[in-house]
Amino acid sequence: MKKLMLGNEAIARGAYEAGVRVATAYPGTPSTEITECIAKYDEIFSEWSPNEKVALEVAIGASVAGGRAICSMKHVGLNVAADPLFTVSYTGVNGGLVICVADDPGMHSSQNEQDSRNYARAAKVPMLEPADSQECKDFVIKALELSEEFDTPFIIRLTTRISHSQSLVELGERAEIPLRPYRKDIGKYVMMPAMARKRHVIVEERMKKLAEFADITELNRIEWGKNTETGVITSGICYQYAKEAFGDDVSYLKLGMVYPLPEKLISEFASRVKTLYVIEELDPFIEDFLKQKGIRCIGKEKLPLAGEYSAGLIRKHLLGADEIAGTVQGDIPARPPVLCPGCPHRAVFYVLGKNKLTVTGDIGCYTLGSMSPLEAMDTCVCMGASIGMAHGMEKALGNEDNGKRVAVIGDSTFIHSGITGLIDIVYNKGTSTVIILDNSITGMTGHQPNPATGYTIKGEKTRQVDLVKLCNAVGIDRVRVVDPFRIDEFDKAVKDEIAADEPSVIIAQRPCALLKTARYEGKVRVNKENCRYCKVCMRIGCPAVVDTGESIQINEDLCVGCELCLELCKFNALEKAGAEK
Amino acid sequence: MSNVSVLIAGVGGQGTLLTSRVLGAAAVKAGYDVKVSEVHGMAQRGGSVVTYVKIGDRVNSPVIEKGEADILLCFEKLEALRWIDYAKNDGTVIVNDQRIDPMPVITGKEKYPDDVLQRIKTSRSNVFVIDALSTAKELGNIKALNIVMVGFLAKKTNIGREIWHEAIRENVKAGFVELNLKAFDEGFKLAERCMN
Repeated sequence: MKKLMLGNEAIARGAYEAGVRVATAYPGTPSTEITECIAKYDEIFSEWSPNEKVALEVAIGASVAGGRAICSMKHVGLNVAADPLFTVSYTGVNGGLVICVADDPGMHSSQNEQDSRNYARAAKVPMLEPADSQECKDFVIKALELSEEFDTPFIIRLTTRISHSQSLVELGERAEIPLRPYRKDIGKYVMMPAMARKRHVIVEERMKKLAEFADITELNRIEWGKNTETGVITSGICYQYAKEAFGDDVSYLKLGMVYPLPEKLISEFASRVKTLYVIEELDPFIEDFLKQKGIRCIGKEKLPLAGEYSAGLIRKHLLGADEIAGTVQGDIPARPPVLCPGCPHRAVFYVLGKNKLTVTGDIGCYTLGSMSPLEAMDTCVCMGASIGMAHGMEKALGNEDNGKRVAVIGDSTFIHSGITGLIDIVYNKGTSTVIILDNSITGMTGHQPNPATGYTIKGEKTRQVDLVKLCNAVGIDRVRVVDPFRIDEFDKAVKDEIAADEPSVIIAQRPCALLKTARYEGKVRVNKENCRYCKVCMRIGCPAVVDTGESIQINEDLCVGCELCLELCKFNALEKAGAEK
Repeated sequence: MSNVSVLIAGVGGQGTLLTSRVLGAAAVKAGYDVKVSEVHGMAQRGGSVVTYVKIGDRVNSPVIEKGEADILLCFEKLEALRWIDYAKNDGTVIVNDQRIDPMPVITGKEKYPDDVLQRIKTSRSNVFVIDALSTAKELGNIKALNIVMVGFLAKKTNIGREIWHEAIRENVKAGFVELNLKAFDEGFKLAERCMN
């Protein structure tokens, strides 16, 4: 049976069919659906881990115990998991271990555009790269087998257009793979210097064998066209773009295994074509290998290093095609993403902006608090950075610090890597104020539960992390829980805490507007008699509150009735529809 | 059959993702190769959202580029204008006559152009402007507007009603199946009135 599946869904299906026992992840676009889909298979234990490092460690444990395991993350998540990655390369595996990493060329939903293939080389871990959903499924199964055969973890590299495109997949049955026996082996699993030195030699031998394997595996294939003058070496989604740009006539070396690269196969292919193109998004990873081997090719001298590719981009840069000119005249206003109507973060950023605070920010929906008209965030670097950066600012400013500064971080992000920053503030005698935006969910990636919500990936109830007690336990005495929609109360809490001469935490608690627990009733409407058109209500940037140029109107299709705008209006010009006075 | 490319444009929350899944499922049932490209995450938050559905004997790239779309299915008129260059010159453009102000317009920094539909019609000749929102409202749920649009588009294809209904049943949440089947049929009727 064939089924239309997202690349991510096909990865999940592959894990299911290959008899995977344990699947771990921290959500991150574009990788999230892998583990969401795995969670639907009851044969596999799946979990949202607190962060990618823990996720990989759990998967390594499962593998050492003898079960097949898969661990998924977005590209920047692999930075967090890099520590175990580099050493699991040394220990090798027992049950097959696959790490799925989803890169985001074009940065549809990311803070950088790093190319994860560099990790494969740096950590000496083999990497496969599928070009459609069918290959996503097939490659997971293959990678798990090869992982056991070569005693190494395998990385599967995805990109947004593979993860989030649907194509047809032939479904198979689940294979019941028995646990491999676990034997205590400190030479293999305890990486102290004496053992690790021996393992490193084994890693280098393994890489040689894998390089030889790359030359003969069906994962890499040559497709000779009628035209052997022109050859294209490519992999992943770029194979699809190249096929569309160059057609079926030219010849292709399609790489399914991108590390280690097949030297003999590449040399043979290169020797039989006149013009050789290397088409790959982001870094010249394949191209550098060719150049190192003295093989002439055309790559990044014509193709960009930044951004996503397409068939049109390849036609333009390599085939000299004209770009299609736009026909639309005049301006089209941009439509940037915005905080949803009813979003609890809106109130927080309104108050921070009003107090003219410097706000170190973090990764989540709430990063949109940096945008107009709220404009109440100064920095965003990586998961958890808000807290460390606030502390660093305080220490750098010293006596010149006016204290008008807070760190803002989501509940899931705080658990991910904020807690260590908070411990640092306490330990090193900082006085920063940290605001935890507790909206009871991991919002941006599409509503995953996390340890602070009290639910597992399967929606089962579990022990909930008590954020107040957690903050108390690391040494924060000033912890308060405030509803940010009570603007005055929240404003006072912020003023009090930044003035305090000790570290403090404000937990701004109100559920995400898209959750069922956020039940609002009715719609807001404008009382035209009372409205002075002072536009104070416009400062919160709610999509449902509209300035027509002459008056304020409420867009009833968008208004959820959260009443935040009522809090701001001094003239009772905003009221709940049906609330006749 | 030569490939058919459908670009679906709207505002985050209007249901473009579900629409592309229904389209993809229907095309698979009709026996075609299909690729559907989606956008998740940051881009969905009330921003401009576009998804692609490519149907044919064999589809390579899942992405639709300028001048390649046979059909542009737009849930909001400013988004139709934003993506109009992606339609072939003789492509069909189906626009839901709805206005949703983007944040720069809401805050008064920019103006929502008055001549959106006019500019669309100047740019392409095969344009259908429909009021799918009102149809959805009459059915009792504005969220059904996406499937009204699907019904309208279905008239342009040779895929039968039963296949579309099946695709809707499989992709819509259980409680909303009846509503969406009705929405599909209303959209189809709307197309019959517009095209005959």
